[in-house]
Parts: sequence; structure tokens; C-alpha cells
Amino acid sequence: MTALQHVKLGTYYVVNLPEADDFDFWRERARALVQCEVPPDRIAWVEPGGSGDLFSHGERRMPVAPMDARPVRANRRFVSLAKNAILHSDPERFALLYRLLWRLQSNPRMMEDKADLDVRRVEELDKNVRRDSHKMHAFVRFRLVESEDEEVGEHYVAWFEPEHHILRANAGFFMRRFSNMRWSILTPRGSLHWDTETMSEGPPAERHDAPGGDPMEDLWRTYYASIFNPARLKIGAMLKEMPKKYWKNMPEAALIPNLIAGAQGREAKMVEKGALEFEERPDTLAAIDKAIHGCRKCPIGQLDNHAVMGEGPRDAALMIVGEQPGDQEDQTGRPFVGPAGQLLDAHLEKVGIDRRAAYVTNAVKHFKYVQRGKRRLHQNPGAKEIDTCRWWIESEREIVKPKLVLAMGASAARGMLGKTVSISKVRGAPIPLEDGSELWVTAHPSYLLRLDGPAREEQARLFDADLAAVRERLAELA
Amino acid sequence: MAAQTVLQKLEILADAAKYDASCASSGTAKKNSLGGKGIGSTEGMGICHAYAPDGRCISLLKILLTNHCVFDCHYCVNRKSSNVARARFSPQEVVDLTLAFYRRNYVEGLFLSSGIVKSSNHTMEQIVEVARILREEHDFRGYIHLKTIPEADPEIVHQAGLYADRVSINVELPTDSGLTRLAPDKNARQIEGAMGKVKADLVEAKDARKRFKHAPRFAPAGQSTQMIVGADAATDADIVGKASRLYGNFRLRRVYYSAFSPIPDASAVLPLKRPPLIREHRLYQSDWLMRFYGYKPADVMQATEADGNLPLDIDPKLAWALKFREAFPVDVNRASKEQLLRVPGLGVKAVGKILASRRHRALRLDDVARLTQSITKVRPFICTVDWRPVTLTDRADLRSLLAPKSEQLELFAA
Repeated sequence: MTALQHVKLGTYYVVNLPEADDFDFWRERARALVQCEVPPDRIAWVEPGGSGDLFSHGERRMPVAPMDARPVRANRRFVSLAKNAILHSDPERFALLYRLLWRLQSNPRMMEDKADLDVRRVEELDKNVRRDSHKMHAFVRFRLVESEDEEVGEHYVAWFEPEHHILRANAGFFMRRFSNMRWSILTPRGSLHWDTETMSEGPPAERHDAPGGDPMEDLWRTYYASIFNPARLKIGAMLKEMPKKYWKNMPEAALIPNLIAGAQGREAKMVEKGALEFEERPDTLAAIDKAIHGCRKCPIGQLDNHAVMGEGPRDAALMIVGEQPGDQEDQTGRPFVGPAGQLLDAHLEKVGIDRRAAYVTNAVKHFKYVQRGKRRLHQNPGAKEIDTCRWWIESEREIVKPKLVLAMGASAARGMLGKTVSISKVRGAPIPLEDGSELWVTAHPSYLLRLDGPAREEQARLFDADLAAVRERLAELA
Repeated sequence: MAAQTVLQKLEILADAAKYDASCASSGTAKKNSLGGKGIGSTEGMGICHAYAPDGRCISLLKILLTNHCVFDCHYCVNRKSSNVARARFSPQEVVDLTLAFYRRNYVEGLFLSSGIVKSSNHTMEQIVEVARILREEHDFRGYIHLKTIPEADPEIVHQAGLYADRVSINVELPTDSGLTRLAPDKNARQIEGAMGKVKADLVEAKDARKRFKHAPRFAPAGQSTQMIVGADAATDADIVGKASRLYGNFRLRRVYYSAFSPIPDASAVLPLKRPPLIREHRLYQSDWLMRFYGYKPADVMQATEADGNLPLDIDPKLAWALKFREAFPVDVNRASKEQLLRVPGLGVKAVGKILASRRHRALRLDDVARLTQSITKVRPFICTVDWRPVTLTDRADLRSLLAPKSEQLELFAA
């Protein structure tokens, strides 16, 4: 009886595959069956552990292809898809691939027809397997087993549960990556062992065959928790790429619920504390005045003091900015009324600038001091405090829109520029500001108060020169 | 104060690094450790070894060498005037940590950045030293991304490129005025100058390898940069324009956008309200349109609304299509690839499948449905053998019909 007669009699073939991922075996059998013209619905493909008993009456001997049988055609696209799809855990995959191969003989370009149901299914299987492999590359976690035997040295062991029959196909990836490391990957479908020179396969393993932990995991978990930005929670995006089924074998995953809960808690706390109070810029000087009295954004605001608002015309061309209110300013609630203010007034008058036409204010709105007995001693504000207070001086500038800002002292300059500059380097020349106005920097009058003799005379001369330059420039701008 | 442990330092220095968006490990030269003394491989495709609840991929050990910094950039948590906890790793500690993580398959490699200590040159030398120890003493063949400092000596930056797979320099802010205001110690011209130098090095190394097989590689994964979105007043149109200039001028592989997120100990110059995360997403979508869909920057800018920003409720491709309804419907059985790529809901893959399938059959709506994610989104913009959207493209409420209504979903996705 020839092979073809079998087919005509309606023989039902059963092909037992030796391994679930044995593509070469499948290819050889499939080729022979196609050559004998055995249609797809007459073959049962049975993988190890599959339900072979149902087909106990089927023919297990393979038909022999006639000598003049046509060669089997399969294009490269089919072969590359089939090699991957055969690793899928779907028991129907062998039959699907055979059906495709069968149909390819009459329609060699069928693989291009992406709307075909069989083509779609095989592409889906391929995609699932590629994803599973990719996740294996990503989510395998080795744990170190230190051997007492010096010669054996370090051994890294991982437990992984792949969804498909991908273990053997991915041996090469781990070998190329960890070629000088002794490692084993244990899975429920089998295991791999690499001893830095040869790869060997072992039987299926169980979770407890692998080590239960690794001291490095504390560091890894710390890293995982720290690199997470709680201000941006995108749980859906995480779950899409790292589904929960993988979590049980990833040491860092146990942290996730707490990280999420913590993030929401932190955000809630921020809202509660009213941390968003700076959200809207005040749009009138009165609103600024009101707001600075309640400002507690920096430690200066916590002291026993009062905010001092700037004063002067709302449309002043010149804005004069000092450092912060002093003791007298704090008590009277007006800027530049103490000794430094009086000195400033004298110099302004001498140079010919009308203080009443200028808007006079401070970079920092509250008086910073330390208590010494009954006296409150002035303290310079810190860079951070100045930066925090920048919000207010900028709000004032936005309303008054001066053409020229005169910053007196390093603190005032920082309040305008956001960085610390050296007075001696920047004085005497305009610095353009982004709103189109310009900044001039000079010393703070209280600096003159601390000097004596020729040094004071010299500084007073420079101060006057700066004021004169400002007066000239103002006239030009007017 | 007792010396900090590695664990404490890691906590501080990983925390400090998290505002950098990039974690890519793809697109570099293929290499593996066969025949070498060490470990490591890169096979083209990047691998995300974990995902954090912020949805971002963890591919590399992303840390700072130190978060001490002499600069005072307002958007940065590590600026001089901020009072965060400070720490400093030695180069050897970073090397040990990288190798320990790599052996356990936690990461693809290292992404090292640093605050500026002492001087830019000193800092850059320390960064390069880490890469040198990894590559030369441990024969490490995994991925290394080094952040380079624009103010550092070009020669040291060049060294970095010889060890690293990728180098990056952050432009930080989309506008020069934003940079002056928020990063007073930085200089836009210097940053672009450094990027230009890296580009020249990339071109030169590539050219040398064409002629000499063993010419050294220079940053085979190219250079990238990052922009902070929402810290200054730049509109999406500004940002898209800036990004396309950067792609063009410096051969960047990627421009990353990082939605400004309120940082602990924030400077008062910054808005405390965070920009919607979706804005960053829309910018990435427009980036995709320019890189893979043949959109010109001008096309993307046309999709913006009156305020210069992309709409937040719909994606930029749909926004463009709604503005240019006369370009639709497109006949899937006849239209060119370029036309199909403009159809909202059709991705590059779906277009490829349509082009292949229509040689075999005249596509019906059901066929298209099988090739795409969602036919509802595509339907108003296409014709098939059995389908023609008669009035749909003219409907005024089309936008609301197509805009996703799933705003809330994210919260409950877990």
C-alpha cells in the first residue's frame, strides 16, 4: 500500500512531538505530510504531556512521500514566524502552522495578507512569544549562592516562570551576556546551567530549589523606591508593561502598594498644607501687602516681626530695592526709615533724585534678627530666603513696571537676578532684565554706615557716582 | 556625624537623579561578553528591567555621583541654595554597585550624572573615571550613558564619548530667557556649543570607522537631551520648534521632555502647580509624528490651539485631522502611505499591514478593523469598499465624539 492510498482511505495521522519547542522535528514531519498531500484536518499533533489518548486509533507511522512529490515551498517570513510561534503554549499551534504551510503551497504570497485569520493568529502567537522572551530578559532576577568550595566560586541562580516554551530559545541571550559568570535559570518547564564554558539542561524545577534572597536586594529595593517620582503617578502605564503575574518573582514589586499609597498621601498633604498658596500672582499692590503679612514660606516669617510693604507711586519709573526691613522699619511698617534710610535720603537729595517719585521696597519682606537681651540684631537673609521672597518683589515689579531698578547690596541684586553677584564687578553699568527694564546695582547704604574715615569717603563717592548714573539714565529713558 | 553607608548614599543619589527622564538603553552597537573577561551585552533592543509606579522604565542604574552642586538652578532639587540631604559616591563605589546590579540582571548598565563639585572639569573627570574603571578594569560591556557638563574641557567630554554608549547634555529649558531666569549659572550658547562639539566627534568617529575597521567607537548610541516643560512660559509651539532645530542641528537621537514636577524644597520663582502630565505626553506624541509619521514641525504647530499649546483632551494627530478635514476621508484601498499615516488611529504598523493586504483583497471595513486597534476612531476618516463616512467628517461635534472619555481611568487601573 502506498502512502497516498492511506490518505485516500481517510487515515488519521497522529504525530507525537518529542519536545514542546522542537521546530526541526515539526518541520521534517510537516514537510513529509504535505508531500503526501495529507490535509490539515487529518492530523493530530501531540506534544509531551498532551492528550494523546484521544487519538489511540490514529496512524503513528509516517507516510512515505512518493519520489516525484513536489518540493514543499515556504517563504522566509513563514519560517521565521513559525520558529517563534511553535514556542507558544497554545496546543493548537502545530495544527495552525501546518494549515498555513498547506495553504502556502497554493498561495505562496499568502503571508502578506494581514487580514487573513490564520495569518493574524500566527502573528499573534509570534508576538506573545517575543513579548514573553523579552520579559524573561528583563525580569529574571539572579540570586547569589556562595559556595564553600573555593574552586567553584560564585553561582548565580534565578527562578522564573515563563508563560511559553521559551527557555531553550533564550539560553543564548544569557550566555552572551553573562559568559564569565556561573549561572542557572530554573523554571517549571526545565532548567539551564552555564558553567562559563558549556550549557547544560536540567529537569523542571520548583521555586524552593532556588535561593530565597540575596543581600543585594535591599540596595535594589532602595534604588527602586528612590528613583520613583511620587509627583507623577501612572499606575496604568506600569501595569501595562509589568503585569502583576510577574511580581511574585521580583524582589522590588513588594514595595509597589506602599509606594502608591505613600504618593497619594504626600500629595494630599501638600494640598492640605496649602502649599499652593503662591499659585496665582496677586495683581494689586494691596493684595501683595495683605499676602506678605501672612507669608510663612521661610523661617524669617516665623519670627516675631511684621511684613513691610514697598511704598511709592504705582507707576514709578524708578524702583529702589534694599535688602530687608530693619528694627525701625519693622516697628513703623515703612521701608527705609531707620539710619540707613536716612543716609539714603541724604545721598538721593545730594544727587538730585526725588525719593517721593520712586517706588522703594526690599528684596526680603520681613526683618531677620537674633535677640540679644533687649536688642534685636540684624542678620543677613540666606540665599534660599531671598529666593523664596523673590516671588513678592517680582509681583511688585509686574504691577509697578519700573523702567529702571536700582538694587542696593548683594541681597537685593540676588533678589533681582536669582544669583549672587559681586557688587564691585557689576556696579556702574546696566544689566538688562527680561521684561525690558534694566537693573543697576550699587552698595547698600548700611555698608557706608559701617565704615570710617577715608574708606567711607571713598565708598560714599562711589555710591554718589552710581546714583548720578542712575539719574542720567532715567532722564534718557523718560 | 557617622559616615553614610552605601545604602544611605544610594537613597539620596538615586532620589536626586529621578528628575532625568531618559532611561533608554537601545540603539547602541551590538556587543557581548563572549571571549572577554567581564560581563555585559547590548543587542540593539533596550530592556526595561522594571517599571516604577510613575510608569517609567527602569533600565539603567541612574544615579548622581554627588548631589553637591555649586550651581543654583531654580528648577533643580540639587541647587546650591536648597537644603536637601547631600551625599557623594566614590567612583569605585559606583562601579561596584553597577556590577553587583548587573550580575543579578537588575539593569542594562549605568546612567551617571553629577552635581558640579569644585569645578566642571574635576566633576567631568570623576564621571569619566567611573566609565574607565568599568570598561578597562572590569571589561564591562553593558550600556553606559554619561551626562556631560557643557562647561567642561572638550577633551574630557571626548574621553567620555569613547567609553560611553550615549552622552547627553541637557538644554534644560526651551527658551533662552527661561534659562537666564531659572538657571542663572548656565549659558545657552555654551550648551549648544558643547552639543555641536559632540556632534562633530560623532561624525568624525563614524567616518573613521568607515575607513579603519578598528577605529575607536564614539558614543555609538549618539547623543540626547532633555527639556523641562511647564517651568517657564514656553508654549508647545515654541517647544516643538526648539526640538526640531535641535534634531536638525545636532543629530540628536532623542529629545526628552520632562514635565516640571514640584520638587521638595522648591524655589519660589517656580510655579508650584505642576503642569498636567498629559502635556508631556502630547509633546512626545508630536515628537513621534515628526520622527515616524512624516509630519513637519510646521504641521504640528498647525495642530496647536490659539494659545500656542497642543490640545490636552485629544492627541495632536487627531487635532491636525480635525483642523484639516478637507484632507479626509482617505480611501484605504488607494491612498498613498503618506496619506494613510495622517489618519488618526492608524499607526505605522497598521499602515504597513494595510499596504500589504490590499494587494490581495479590496479591503472592507471589517478587514481594517482587524488591522487596527480601534475602528471607531478610524472610521470617520476613511473609505473602504463598503464604507463611506457620509456626514461624519462635517459634523461639528466630531471632536467630542472622538475625544477619549477615560480621564478617570488611570486612578482605578490598579
